Amino acid sequence: MKKLLKFLSNGYLWLTMLFFYLPIVYVMVFSFNESKSLTRFTGFSLQWYKKMFESRSIREAIYYTLIIAVIATVVSTIVGTLTAIGLSKSNKVLRAIVLQINDIPMMNPDIVTAIGFMLLFTSLGVTKGFGTILLAHISFCIPYVILTVMPRLRQLDDNLAEAALDLGATPFQALTKVIIPQLKGSIISGALIAFTMSFDDFVISFFTSGPKVSNIAIYVYSSIKRINPTINALSTIIVVLVTTVLVIVNVVPMIRERKIRGAQK
Amino acid sequence: MKTFSKLTWPYIAWISAFVVLPMVLILLYAFTKEGNSIITLSFTLENFAKFFSDAIFPMVLWRSLKIAFFTTVICILIGYPAAYIIAEMSERKQAFAVLLITLPMWINMLIRTYSWKGILSYFKFDSQINVMVGMVYNFLPFMILQIHTSLSKLDRNLITAAKDLGADSIQTFLRVTLPLSMSGVISGITLVFLPAVSSFFIPKLLGGGEYVLIGNLIENYFISVGNWNYGSAISLIMALVIILSMYVTKKMDRKTGGEE
Repeated sequence: MKKLLKFLSNGYLWLTMLFFYLPIVYVMVFSFNESKSLTRFTGFSLQWYKKMFESRSIREAIYYTLIIAVIATVVSTIVGTLTAIGLSKSNKVLRAIVLQINDIPMMNPDIVTAIGFMLLFTSLGVTKGFGTILLAHISFCIPYVILTVMPRLRQLDDNLAEAALDLGATPFQALTKVIIPQLKGSIISGALIAFTMSFDDFVISFFTSGPKVSNIAIYVYSSIKRINPTINALSTIIVVLVTTVLVIVNVVPMIRERKIRGAQK
Repeated sequence: MKTFSKLTWPYIAWISAFVVLPMVLILLYAFTKEGNSIITLSFTLENFAKFFSDAIFPMVLWRSLKIAFFTTVICILIGYPAAYIIAEMSERKQAFAVLLITLPMWINMLIRTYSWKGILSYFKFDSQINVMVGMVYNFLPFMILQIHTSLSKLDRNLITAAKDLGADSIQTFLRVTLPLSMSGVISGITLVFLPAVSSFFIPKLLGGGEYVLIGNLIENYFISVGNWNYGSAISLIMALVIILSMYVTKKMDRKTGGEE
């Protein structure tokens, strides 16, 4: 009975995983298809990869996705961290108000945030393009950084920064040498979340980009109307890259831990 | 230490410009006439009246709510057992299973949705089912992870105690495990229902063009038609409906004794 239950529950989990991975594997297989078809595999070919690397718009989309994600991450991490520190030292009312407004972009459906940006940029007469996407990305990333750093700040010992100031450190030194080093872990996870949010975003980019600037998601969305197997190739490359990075990030610490444990034995 | 509170100032300026002002603009557009410039504001309730008098839009809103509701229910039905099974595994295996579920989430949602196109073309489902498959696929990981978190935080002694006191497995589950994991289910609901209601690329990619949800309407009014006033009004109504349903869900959570 127990064995049967175990068998069933394992089977159930495998089925769930199959559901998650089947479409991804399917796209990867069909990226090597000779014909355009998404349903019949007619033969092996690398032509879609060749087409992909030759396509200027795909190269640009990858470039914009990465550069926007990197800049948005750096800026939102700096602003978010400083704001979180400032908030932890502000009075309760101000903190409550700022945190409440900080919640709006996270609670709002993406599309509402997106049209808000669109109305803002057009009302101000700003031409939509690289700058507007970047501003929007920075803007929706900051709240996540603040929310990741805030809990860690609450655990910090205020006396340490106080002591630094008493011992003659300037506020800037107290900030960079005492407070920020203690927040390192949460700043890194905040930055990671910001990067993922930016890298993954479609809706807000779609409404804030002009005709000249597309990221990967916008490219996929706009070329989906006709069957375009280069997207299969592009998807495959992204899946492989993301998986490699994640496996390295997750497995390397596991191996290191095992080695350390082995050495201790 | 007070000097550090100055660090908040730049961000206060930032959110005034990039969070508060956009929301004010949506409100302003929703309550003004089409083609209205900021200088000659003339307020109107026309956009809202149009919404309720039109036959299509309330129907589309209803359809979006319905499909989001069923997506959420399916995610709970599939996700709860999965999360439960994972929570019962050894710690090592749990970490691995969580990694396996998180991994696809790092791949762009659009690409993940697109990847269903091929497989779905074998089955001759109607657009509604196709869209629902896409939604469950995109949002199920959130549900599993939320429930798993609440289950793995659960105090094992409570289950042992229930069993010692003579409860069988089903009773233990229904009266101890399930109520204590409700907070995970509720936060899962928030993470599934909200994006499902407003999603517009999933119906566009998998619904075959003629299947329209509220998100598509908003997109149409902003991108193709260019009636921003009406588009803003629709967005406002959608946001209100979502806030209301979140409120009801939170109320339910308090009744079931969930935290936060």
